[in-house]
Amino acid sequence: MSIIVNKLNYIYGPGTAYEVQALKNINLEINDGEFIGIIGHTGSGKSTLIQHLNGLIKAVSGEIYYNGEDIYDKDFDMKKLRSKVGLVFQYPEHQLFEVDVFQDVCFGPKNLGLSKNEAELRAFEALRSVGFPEDLFYQSPFDLSGGQKRRVAIAGVLAMNPDVLILDEPTAGLDPKGRDEILDQLVQLHEEKKMTIILVSHSMEDVARYVNRIIVMNQGEILYDQTPKNVFQHYKELEEIGLAAPQVTYIMNQLKEKGFRVDVNVTKIEEAATEILRALGRQA
Amino acid sequence: MGIIETNKLVFEYIRRDEEDNVEAIQRAVDEVDLDIKEGEFIAILGHNGSGKSTLAKHMNAILAPTEGTVWVDGKDTKEEEKIWDIRQTAGMVFQNPDNQIIGTVVEEDVGFGPENIGIPTEQIWERVEESLKAVGMYQYRKHSPNKLSGGQKQRVAIAGVVAMHPKCIVLDEPTAMLDPNGRKEVIRAVRALNDVENVTIILITHYMEEVIYADKVYVMDQGKIVMQGTPRDIFSQVETLKSYRLDVPQVTLLAYELQKQGIPLTDGILTMEELVEQLCQLS
Repeated sequence: MSIIVNKLNYIYGPGTAYEVQALKNINLEINDGEFIGIIGHTGSGKSTLIQHLNGLIKAVSGEIYYNGEDIYDKDFDMKKLRSKVGLVFQYPEHQLFEVDVFQDVCFGPKNLGLSKNEAELRAFEALRSVGFPEDLFYQSPFDLSGGQKRRVAIAGVLAMNPDVLILDEPTAGLDPKGRDEILDQLVQLHEEKKMTIILVSHSMEDVARYVNRIIVMNQGEILYDQTPKNVFQHYKELEEIGLAAPQVTYIMNQLKEKGFRVDVNVTKIEEAATEILRALGRQA
Repeated sequence: MGIIETNKLVFEYIRRDEEDNVEAIQRAVDEVDLDIKEGEFIAILGHNGSGKSTLAKHMNAILAPTEGTVWVDGKDTKEEEKIWDIRQTAGMVFQNPDNQIIGTVVEEDVGFGPENIGIPTEQIWERVEESLKAVGMYQYRKHSPNKLSGGQKQRVAIAGVVAMHPKCIVLDEPTAMLDPNGRKEVIRAVRALNDVENVTIILITHYMEEVIYADKVYVMDQGKIVMQGTPRDIFSQVETLKSYRLDVPQVTLLAYELQKQGIPLTDGILTMEELVEQLCQLS
């Protein structure tokens, strides 16, 4: 079970004065159960890429295989792909529309042709898996806080029972606690339901903390596709393309310059603390 | 008297049903007293729904208080004939740059505000030039705004406010939708306005690292101001901040973790340089 992207190209506005090649020869393999982060500055092609993965945009050339099937094949069931590869857009709460939370989450599964009972069961489970409090199920989604709305929107995609969940900046505009809550929920989905998660993010700290693999996009191309530790070693190159490393990576590099014997490949606070304590001759 | 002052400010959102009967009352701002001096750089922190934005909207009379009073440069925001003065004194920048830009060329967009208040053409161009220079966007003056990056668009939006010559700019999560570089650009522009032009800044944000340059930080929870002080005072209280659903910058958190392990560091370290320097002295 995997997604394979082969020599994918996409051009916005071909043949017009505004022609932009948004994706250039992208090759990618996403395996079952991975937790991937995609980073890149605004306009680097992140969102264009993820919209290809569930068939919302059709490539100009190249192929995408979902579990060995070519998604551009005439007989390929696009509707099934869209339920299996769930996409949560930026600010998904703007897409809430039903009279209450529960109805809103039911909308997706109902659309798949499931019976009312089954759709409701799925909605119930989806809302529970994002930690949404039961006493708010019959509230209007518009009366909820930002963080709660975002959960409802994510639950709406989860209710489709996807194998792969792609989220485009799911924590933008949330307070720090709300940020952690949503990300912890993703970890749970990843661990308990073995879901493949692809997280598009502008927060290097979040990406460093949660994912196993980072894809760095720049001008429509994949610049790096490595573990967080390896990617953030290139912090100087990342800065040139408008990104950065987590603050702790910089601290470790500065300490090393001052003669501390610390490992600079550190991306998390706990790791940094352990390294510094070790360098100071104290064990944590 | 400060540039923005509030006295026991209360604001209630009232939800009504179809027959206009009151269904629910929610107190979004609860007896807030503020005294912001001209030229200060103020940051307001608080979780989603804590009342920050509601409070901010009182600072240029988008909302009028349910109870209490707000004075902007000495003018009571409840006096309707003063609303236009107040809005020229305190400009507002919002989260989404796309919602704030209307012109098809950057310089026209920035000139829209001054033109609207009847500034003579020649002066409009002067204002456009100085505002775009102040946010570092002058070389893009002939560009189309929709071809700019998020950080650039947001700086154009700020220039549009600067062109109105406000004494005070209120920015409501101006970096929430931007990538790391865009965030840096915007914060740099905001700090320059404060340092060089002495514009009072009120910055609302969820990014703790953006707050370390502020003169004073207010923390809101359930409509009330629950903490206030310098960034160092505020970020020394890691656990209290966490109880308000907030956080501290990564470097502060690292220093805090090291302190807990017995490393003698001072409270509330805010920058990487400070931490590195203190660690150097220890080794």
